[in-house]
Amino acid sequence: MIAALELTANHYLVLAAVLFTIGAVGLLIRRNVLVMFMCVELMLNAANLTFVTFARELDDVGGQAIVFFTLVVAAAEVAVGLAIIVAIFRRRRGATADDVHLLKG
Amino acid sequence: MDEFPLLTCIILTPAVGAVLVALTPARRPELSRAVGYAATAATAGFAGYLLWHFETGRAGYQFVEDHRWIGSLGVRYLLGVDGISLFMVALTALLFPLGLLASATLTERVKAFTVWMLILEASLLGVFLGLDLVLFFVFFEIVLVPMYFIIGGWGHENRVYAAIKFFLFTMAGSAFLLVGLLTLAFLHARAPGNDLTFDLRVLMEWAPGGLSDGTARLLFLAFFAAFAVKVPLFPLHTWLPDAHTEAPTAGSVILAGVLLKMGTYGFLRFSLTLFPEAAVDLAPLLLVLATIGITYGAIVAAMQPDLKRLIAYSSVAHLGFVVLGIFALTTQGLEGGLFTMISHGLTTSALFLLVGMLYDRRHTRQISDFGGLWKSVPILGGLFVATAFASIGLPGFSGFVGEFLALLGTFLVHRPYAIVAAVGVILAAVYLLWAVQRAFTGEPSGENATLPDLGFRELACVVPLLGLSLFLGIYPKPVIDRVEPSVKGIIEHVEDHTDYEEPAVATEGEEAER
Amino acid sequence: MSARELLDLVWLIPALPLFGAVVLLLFGKRIGEPAAGWLGTGLMGLAFAWSVVTFLALRDVEPRAHSYDLFTWLPSGGFEVKMGFLADPLSVTFILFVTGVGALIHLYAIGYMHGDARFGRFFAYMNLFAASMLVLVLGNNFLVTFLGWEGVGLCSYLLVSFWFERNSAAVAGKKAFVTNRIGDFGFMLAMFLIFARLGSLDYGVMTEGADGLANGTATAIALLLFLGAVGKSAQFPLHVWLPDAMEGPTPVSALIHAATMVTAGVFLVARAHPFFEASGSASEVVAWVGAGTALFAGTIALVQPDIKRVLAYSTVSQLGYMFLALGVGAYGAAIFLVVMHAFFKATLFLGAGSVIHGNADNQDIRTMGGLRRYMPYTAAAFIIAWLAIAGIPPFAGFWAKDEVLADAFFADQFGVWAVGTVAAALTALYMAREVWLVFFGNERFRAPAGGDPVEEHAEETPRDSEEWLRGPTVAYGEPPRSPRLTHDRHEVPPTMVVPVLVLAALSVVGGLLNLPFKTLEHLGHWLEPVFEGVPEIEATSFLSAARLSTLSVFMGVLGIAIALLLYRRGLPDPARDPLDERLGVAGRVFGHAWYVDESIARAVAGPGRRFADWLNDGLDHRGIDGAVNGVANLVRRTGGGLRRVQSGLVRNYALGVVFGAAGLLLFLVFRAG
Repeated sequence: MIAALELTANHYLVLAAVLFTIGAVGLLIRRNVLVMFMCVELMLNAANLTFVTFARELDDVGGQAIVFFTLVVAAAEVAVGLAIIVAIFRRRRGATADDVHLLKG
Repeated sequence: MDEFPLLTCIILTPAVGAVLVALTPARRPELSRAVGYAATAATAGFAGYLLWHFETGRAGYQFVEDHRWIGSLGVRYLLGVDGISLFMVALTALLFPLGLLASATLTERVKAFTVWMLILEASLLGVFLGLDLVLFFVFFEIVLVPMYFIIGGWGHENRVYAAIKFFLFTMAGSAFLLVGLLTLAFLHARAPGNDLTFDLRVLMEWAPGGLSDGTARLLFLAFFAAFAVKVPLFPLHTWLPDAHTEAPTAGSVILAGVLLKMGTYGFLRFSLTLFPEAAVDLAPLLLVLATIGITYGAIVAAMQPDLKRLIAYSSVAHLGFVVLGIFALTTQGLEGGLFTMISHGLTTSALFLLVGMLYDRRHTRQISDFGGLWKSVPILGGLFVATAFASIGLPGFSGFVGEFLALLGTFLVHRPYAIVAAVGVILAAVYLLWAVQRAFTGEPSGENATLPDLGFRELACVVPLLGLSLFLGIYPKPVIDRVEPSVKGIIEHVEDHTDYEEPAVATEGEEAER
Repeated sequence: MSARELLDLVWLIPALPLFGAVVLLLFGKRIGEPAAGWLGTGLMGLAFAWSVVTFLALRDVEPRAHSYDLFTWLPSGGFEVKMGFLADPLSVTFILFVTGVGALIHLYAIGYMHGDARFGRFFAYMNLFAASMLVLVLGNNFLVTFLGWEGVGLCSYLLVSFWFERNSAAVAGKKAFVTNRIGDFGFMLAMFLIFARLGSLDYGVMTEGADGLANGTATAIALLLFLGAVGKSAQFPLHVWLPDAMEGPTPVSALIHAATMVTAGVFLVARAHPFFEASGSASEVVAWVGAGTALFAGTIALVQPDIKRVLAYSTVSQLGYMFLALGVGAYGAAIFLVVMHAFFKATLFLGAGSVIHGNADNQDIRTMGGLRRYMPYTAAAFIIAWLAIAGIPPFAGFWAKDEVLADAFFADQFGVWAVGTVAAALTALYMAREVWLVFFGNERFRAPAGGDPVEEHAEETPRDSEEWLRGPTVAYGEPPRSPRLTHDRHEVPPTMVVPVLVLAALSVVGGLLNLPFKTLEHLGHWLEPVFEGVPEIEATSFLSAARLSTLSVFMGVLGIAIALLLYRRGLPDPARDPLDERLGVAGRVFGHAWYVDESIARAVAGPGRRFADWLNDGLDHRGIDGAVNGVANLVRRTGGGLRRVQSGLVRNYALGVVFGAAGLLLFLVFRAG
């Protein structure tokens, strides 16, 4: 049973796809900014997982390296994004993404 | 002489001047002014030096400076001057100090104005001196920025509209130019044994033979789009009356005196040399547009109620003569065209200066608001009438030399166009003298009766231009002698690469029937 | 100095008045009155003296022509024009009378322009005018002639609208210049064609080259040049500017009509005669236009009420004679008439100026009369000139006009001869009418008691008064200007009388220049080298020539007789002109100058204006600029439509991203597959 459960690259890729889809759908259907934010993180990490998988599979360290870049970008994004969210929370009660449409053309 | 980078100095002097002006404190406008005068005067000095040391009778480029600029793209910092650009440089260097002098009445944001003027001068000089297509294009585009701010920042009532119109119009044309020159360079680089280069001297030898007819025509049209807007050729001219009218005096002077010439200069420098075959084939199109411009500009000018607008439309007519002469592709035509460029720069600038002085006094440009000014301000009136006659093309003034040669050159090869265009000579008298009659003759009344006449500063702006126009009308030989080798070079270049042949001048006394 | 060295200095002749013009333009105000006038006059006198020297020098050289290039003016490829001057019998004849008559007119103007605010400027323009005319006739190629040609046009503009405070003067100046420009258009095209065919604009080349031209080309060149001449010499239909040019000060009119400007056209045709000779048919046109204009202008002059307008139309008519002569190949006769006309027309204009000057600026001959008693010298001079223009022997005009008509007859051009002969009677008639109304008959110039009297210095009407601004010209159909003098008229100062008398004397004896007897045709012989190769017109017999002379004298006498019959007693009622009344409808047509002017004005102001309006407003503003702004609006509207996509909702954007990514993926999959 355990032996049958040999993890191949496909498993990782499927997991990454599932995670990405959850993230994407969450981003589209949820109104809470924080949740949407976490969805974005989910998507980013799904992409990271893919990178790592292929890095191992193709024996290329480049993929690993890119993950680090992604992590740094994600961290920066978290910092900026959370700051914005906090700012929005301070300005108004609660925050749904739909309330913030000042950039409407 | 090859050690001293004279041309770079000419371009850099106003640029450095702009930086220096930027460093002066904004609350001391007189300091900005002084630096502005010094920088433009120094540039004029360098240009004078260039005129003096220019070797008459040589066709090629002189004072060439050639350095790597963007090596990987083959873009070079390549400057050079020949008979065609020489007088454009001189004209630019002459008009800027006068333009600044005429702006001495300006009180708002003098510093910024001076900075923009100096940047404008540097970029215009770059346009006329750059021989690398990319370098040329960069300068060609930079020109727009200071001009946009000068019109938009110091113009009259409708200035924002005019500035944006000017910017968009010319920008639209330049887009084609950029695509055209990149295509040309890449096609050249693709041919075996060639490197990527934008050097005009290399390209003009390769392009006439290396391009297929269809491609050459398309590229010609791409270049044409940029230059035709600048000239401006009918029907792309409608930015011009707005820009001229709304611009402050110095802006109008530079617009008319130098900026428009970028188009005709481009035709001469690039269109004819890079695409001779297409130029010969498409010449009728340009001749038609030029002829329309001449007559149409003159008639429409007659109907303008605004003095500045009237002069703006007269520019359309004058520049029509230039294009007519250039695309006649005869020595006389090209020289006439070039001469008209110089002459128009002198006379139209003088007219704009005078109208500016009127505006300073009356704060209106409407012809109907004036009347009897010749009596109340006799010096201004007399100068305006004299300049008007210079602009009409009275023999003895430079305008005549240019128009006569352009028409003569056209007549030799394309009779109908020359005949129609010659009607423009009659119409020029109509619109200008009618304006003079309405604004300057009669008995002055009301505010018009008590205006102060020109002061020394104002005289110093106008008299040099008028005097130069008179001098060149009576003794144009120095200019023509310097221009002729380059003009002949262009025509020979065209003849070498096409079936076209300049008709031989009939020998004395016998009829040369063709 | 040898004769040729002297002839090298021929450029001094235009240079002298040009120098005067420059000095007076810059410092005229500082030099002041009357020094500025004397400077201008003196320089003209010097120019005349130098012309005489040139004339004497030219007699010593063989062949009788000397060309001298000052510098290269316009070199361009194979086209090269020198600033060069040519002294030959034709040009020297012209410079002699231009400087001579011109100097006298300058002298006269010192008195006439007395007190004018722009006294110095006036003489600057006058000098420039003379200089331009001298350049015109002395040039050794078409382009230098054209330089002078346009200079003359410029000066006519400046001088006709000299009193530019008057709207009518400003308009007249503009009209003169623009009308002339139409002629210049022809002149320019002619030059292009000459250069295209002969490769040079030099007169020397023309003489040799014209014969080789195809007939059509020669005709085209000749007609284009003639268009120029028509404009400058005020021939139909470009004559409209000349009568209006009367708005200028009277010395200007004299200068334009006698010495400069209008004779330029005659000069040009004479100078370019090889083309006309080579063409033949062009000469026919010249002859008929000339004859037609002579008659046409003569009829108009019949009923004009303005002293200067009569003279203006008479000039148009006399110029017609000159072209008639040129057209039939009688070049010598044409030049002869030019010179004689310069004498008597200058006398007439200066005399008219004196009449106007001594007379509160009134120009209406209906309110004059009997002036011979008060202005005896002026009257004598005027009467001599009148007899001269009317063709009464032995005065100058008789010899010239008789020769023109005889040449036309013997050249077998009976049509133009007949027209010319009829016009001769008209000339005598309208001139006699003018003389009688001004100098004889009842005195009508005294203001009625209790009217609006103008006192002693009546001629100095204030320059900003309404009266002055309205202008003095009396158009046909206007009621007579009210007489304004309460005192007797007086003779004018000596500076004005002397030139008039000198010119009158020349009108008496001028005929001696060219008497129709073989050995006495001085002018004809003198001009021979210029018109070499032109077939000479020979009288078939002395008897027929005498018969022709008798006929032309008879026509002159007939005209005078009719005038005397009608105007013997002057005008009993200034408002009723017997000749006009007798002519009926024709009188109205004549008076309105055959409505040519009105028709042109209406065409320009009507359809012409509408077309220009449409071009400006309809095409340029609404059409082209409308299209430009239309594009801008289109972009703006498209943008307006598209901006709805920017809802501002992040999730919408995200959805867009997802769909875009999915679309891209599908595209890749299917394309790869």
